[in-house]
Amino acid sequence: MNNNLTAKERMAIERVRMPAQEAGARSRNFAEVNLGLAEAEAIREANRCLQCKSRKCVEGCPVNVSIPEFVTALAAGDLATAAAILQKDNALPAVCGRVCPQEVQCEAHCVRGVKGEPVAIGYLERFVADWAMAHHGRLATDEPAPPTTGKRVAVVGCGPAGLTAAGELTRLGHEVIIFEALHDTGGVLRYGIPEFRLPKRIIDSEVARLVRSGVAIECNVIIGKTLTLPQLREEFDAVYIANGAGLPVMLGIPGENLKGVYAANEYLTRVNLMGAGLDPTARTPILRGRQVAVIGGGNTAMDCVRTARRLGAERAMLVYRRSGAEMPARAEEIHHAREEGVEFILLTSPLSISGDKQGWARALRCQRMELGAPDASGRRRPVPVPGDVFDLEVDVVVNALGTRANPLLTATAPELALNRWGNIEATPTGATSQPGVYAGGDIVRGGATVILAMGDGKQGAAAIHTYLQQSN
Amino acid sequence: MFEVIRNETLAPSLHRMVIRAPRIAAARQAGQFVIVRAATDEERIPLTIGDADPQAGTITLFIQAIGASTRRIVAAPAGGTLRDVAGPLGMATEMERWGRVACVGGGVGTAVLYPMAKALAQIGNEVTTIIGGRSAPYIILADELAVFSAAVRITTEDGSCGRQGFVTAELAELVADPARRPEAVFAVGPVPMMRAVAELTRPAGIKTIVSLNPIMIDGTGMCGGCRVEVGGESKFACVDGPEFDGHLVNYATLADRLTMYQEHETCRVGLG
Ligand SMILES: Cc1cc2nc3c(=O)[nH]c(=O)nc-3n(C[C@H](O)[C@H](O)[C@H](O)COP(=O)(O)OP(=O)(O)OC[C@H]3O[C@@H](n4cnc5c(N)ncnc54)[C@H](O)[C@@H]3O)c2cc1C
Ligand SMILES: Cc1cc2nc3c(=O)[nH]c(=O)nc-3n(C[C@H](O)[C@H](O)[C@H](O)COP(=O)(O)OP(=O)(O)OC[C@H]3O[C@@H](n4cnc5c(N)ncnc54)[C@H](O)[C@@H]3O)c2cc1C
Ligand code: SF4
Ligand code: FES
Repeated sequence: MNNNLTAKERMAIERVRMPAQEAGARSRNFAEVNLGLAEAEAIREANRCLQCKSRKCVEGCPVNVSIPEFVTALAAGDLATAAAILQKDNALPAVCGRVCPQEVQCEAHCVRGVKGEPVAIGYLERFVADWAMAHHGRLATDEPAPPTTGKRVAVVGCGPAGLTAAGELTRLGHEVIIFEALHDTGGVLRYGIPEFRLPKRIIDSEVARLVRSGVAIECNVIIGKTLTLPQLREEFDAVYIANGAGLPVMLGIPGENLKGVYAANEYLTRVNLMGAGLDPTARTPILRGRQVAVIGGGNTAMDCVRTARRLGAERAMLVYRRSGAEMPARAEEIHHAREEGVEFILLTSPLSISGDKQGWARALRCQRMELGAPDASGRRRPVPVPGDVFDLEVDVVVNALGTRANPLLTATAPELALNRWGNIEATPTGATSQPGVYAGGDIVRGGATVILAMGDGKQGAAAIHTYLQQSN
Repeated sequence: MFEVIRNETLAPSLHRMVIRAPRIAAARQAGQFVIVRAATDEERIPLTIGDADPQAGTITLFIQAIGASTRRIVAAPAGGTLRDVAGPLGMATEMERWGRVACVGGGVGTAVLYPMAKALAQIGNEVTTIIGGRSAPYIILADELAVFSAAVRITTEDGSCGRQGFVTAELAELVADPARRPEAVFAVGPVPMMRAVAELTRPAGIKTIVSLNPIMIDGTGMCGGCRVEVGGESKFACVDGPEFDGHLVNYATLADRLTMYQEHETCRVGLG
């Protein structure tokens, strides 16, 4: 690396800006918004890192990616080393570099950010991961196959938690089969997060890498229906459950079953998994709303409202009951959505949806809110402003209030202990109430993040490995 | 990939397909369905499992090819394959010894009715089957149903087969006759038919089960698209159903939602 730079010189470098598709154009296409850094930009950004001894950024990363090391290698222009370090710590770096909420994870802890802006760790991670993908042939090829242990592990669900656990367990020499309910891989990465944030080819290439390493994936197998957990426990030496939290929370207001009213998962699945409005050969239909209201303030809501824009909505409105400051979505997504012409209708809560004679949603009745005293979450609680009720004209309403644990699997596995929200009870390493059965990701945490799910997958795999070694 | 073992035409555009799916065949109970995709880029279509042979590892589907996707499914010949078959999904039919039951099928609903009626007969119920259709060629599975039914009654709108009129006329006769009055009624068919059946049995206080057919995507409770109003609550037909108490269903909402993709401007390129 350029060791000649003094700390002062490093401090003088300005944080890189991510080049992006122009907002007007991108709000009408599904191509990726962020265009990625050029090599020179990435290296310059890497040189902003102060290489401090405290390694605070690593603490901020849920899987403790060796950030200073990979950034140092990158700063020296040694991309192969940077890639090797990254891939060792993180099974899906090209995914995380795109979707991690860096501003509250690694970058929130960056010492460089105390005065000025933190190092753009996420952008650098994306750059190195993309480089590795493009130069796959030039890198030390996939690791040699480990000696097989003769143990078989079933993984339920092909999202980030399941993929990570499967990759780790294969690396340790166990035979792994992932059972996935849908017809394709990736979990929320594929059916939830849109192409313009996370291109499908990134998921495809990461999954292909795992398959090359020996992971078997069987789609169209619904655990709890096609096979039960007890059956898996009989056939396999251990089971890792990573089936996510895909059960939509309903609005519970009059009119939620009118035509044109979607739950976020349906809206996103039609487009992302089934190609509606995206792929000219796809057969699945979707309503192209002209006036679309999306209810919620998280990543899911942001993805829906930006999708609505891309499907042609003249007004794509985000209806959120708190203020902008409390929105749980990633800062970058909120910023991008604003640029794309999304209207933010804040401090507003839906009361009912009214329809026309044919049963189509026509108007969303809203209640204006204000912020009152802080509630249990520490955020100020929204309270209705008496009498302040108004109607929004709509033809599509998308409910993005969130999801809960899907009971499909657990309903047929009564021996598995659940908490009061229906999530599986697990220790920090993923052990459940049943010996040999481990769980992690959203099914344990409730809706969380990709990297937390991956962290769980990694820890779960380690715990399963220990268990398998002991259970001879 | 799922191998098609047999594919035969039973009636105009009605196919019986036997598909190799050993795990589904082993797990399946009456009333459950699969989600099928003929090929990549196709819609995910729910189809009732008409029959299953766990020994042979096969399931039987009865498919009315009404639209583009179902037409492409039935186009797969014996020896060919279907890309995706996932299941068994949904709750099994609540099996009880009611005594006398009436099983009422309309159009392709008869295919969905078939496994329910068979299972009800197998556990000792006396099954009277009433099936209806537009005209004779649309009357399906009459012989198959006769095998285990105490009686099979047929109605057609044009009178070309059986009694002229609707299935409800036959059912009304049964209900009115104390010697033949069913303890429970199972009805599957178009929404207006199920609604008419439910209205007929409501005053008589006869337990009525209907099998609902909302549009589905995943079939696992993930998307929320199949929701129906039952007893004033939103239920997901794919996991809570597809069978519900016919007296509690909001048929108007269901009928409305089924037309969601009919005439509206949608993003569907290459409509077949
Ligand atoms: C729209 C949206 C946007 C998001 N954006 C971000 C973001 O920007 N950044 C971020 O960090 N996080 C984001 N998240 C959250 C993140 O995607 C999840 O926390 C993460 O995917 C959870 O991973 P998982 O492996 O636990 O489960 P999932 O990704 O949900 O995967 C579970 C898999 O299991 C399958 N499955 C379910 N039941 C069964 C069964 N019974 N048998 C077999 N298979 C089954 C499912 O089909 C699915 O493929 C977002 C979530 C959504 C919905
Ligand atoms: C639980 C369940 C079990 C079913 N079992 C059978 C069966 O055993 N045999 C059979 O032939 N059909 C069955 N159906 C109906 C079948 O799924 C639909 O006929 C099929 O989805 C229509 O697809 P298409 O693309 O060919 O028709 P399209 O061209 O898409 O639609 C034709 C018509 O069907 C309506 N429709 C579209 N999708 C569905 C849907 N998923 N369900 C109901 N109507 C729909 C449309 O509104 C339109 O009126 C079942 C449906 C459900 C929900
Ligand atoms: S995985 Fe996420 S949190 Fe960890 S370093 Fe990468 S971007 Fe930061
Ligand atoms: S089909 Fe998606 S929830 Fe029922």
